[in-house]
Amino acid sequence: MKLEINGLSIETPANTTVSQLLSIQKVKMPDMVSVEINESILDRKTFGTTILKEGDKVEFLYFMGGGK
Amino acid sequence: MNLSEKQIERYSRHIILPEVGGKGQEKLLAGRILIVGAGGLGSPSALYLAAAGVGTIGIIDGDLVDLSNLQRQIAHSNADLGKSKAISSAEAMQAINEDVNVRIYQERLTAENALTVINDYDFIIDGTDNFSSKFLISDACHFAGKAYSHAGILRFEGQTITVKPGETTCYRCIFGAPPPAGAAPSCSQAGVLGVLAGVIGTIQATEAIKYILGIGDLLTNRLLVYNALKMSFRLLEVRRNANCPLCGTNPSVTELIEGEQAVCDLNCDCTKTR
Repeated sequence: MKLEINGLSIETPANTTVSQLLSIQKVKMPDMVSVEINESILDRKTFGTTILKEGDKVEFLYFMGGGK
Repeated sequence: MNLSEKQIERYSRHIILPEVGGKGQEKLLAGRILIVGAGGLGSPSALYLAAAGVGTIGIIDGDLVDLSNLQRQIAHSNADLGKSKAISSAEAMQAINEDVNVRIYQERLTAENALTVINDYDFIIDGTDNFSSKFLISDACHFAGKAYSHAGILRFEGQTITVKPGETTCYRCIFGAPPPAGAAPSCSQAGVLGVLAGVIGTIQATEAIKYILGIGDLLTNRLLVYNALKMSFRLLEVRRNANCPLCGTNPSVTELIEGEQAVCDLNCDCTKTR
């Protein structure tokens, strides 16, 4: 199925979960990522059980702590 | 308040803008903005807000100017090495514009002093470099009902969002709680392109000025993500989160937390794959 991740279109197997997607996308430290699906922030506890649907717009939002 | 002839000349490029005018300039002169952190983000904010004639600018920072700061913290110069950053940046602001009343706090923002300090201001700029301070600012602004600009920078990327507590998506709506210790690299470990701080810091100053003037659309409910290498600006719509621990329907954060998470001191490369 087709998903849009951070603005780019990618193809993933059907019934991919968010945890699987993080792994497919080689995100080394999922703890550093907030996930937004179709403009709503996903509860971190449900990454493993949330199944993505065709056409979902997914954003990985990274913690960015710098400033000084 | 009546503008003097000198002020009319100094602020003429503002006053000529229909959206600002003499009335707007008077609003800026009556405005009170707090900058937390006189570093990479806080420096450009401080200089532009002083130049803009924001009447009261608070600057809070407990650090001293270090040689490695000068690559990006443009409010400080060689002569300021070893000096308090709050004082150094206050002097830089005062040198630009004597109209500005600068209030200097040579200390860190803490759970004890945060509400007292923040309460004296209309808008807060988060120019800090660690998660505990960023979450503290988010929470204190929520409890004080003050609008603020959040920002973070790392390597070649920066992001920023403006928050009107209780009305728009907040920092905790997106990130919940600080990342686990050791997960997050800091600028000193991972590096940061100096000018990136200027780009993001001036966006924060723009938001503060718009807020005081009450013009335009604030960067609310949208996270701006800037990548300097790709030269891309992405605006991500982010809705308020009903499960937000701070502003959600059943909040778990009900008071200020001191040092919720320290910045890590591990050498991690967790964001290399982005």
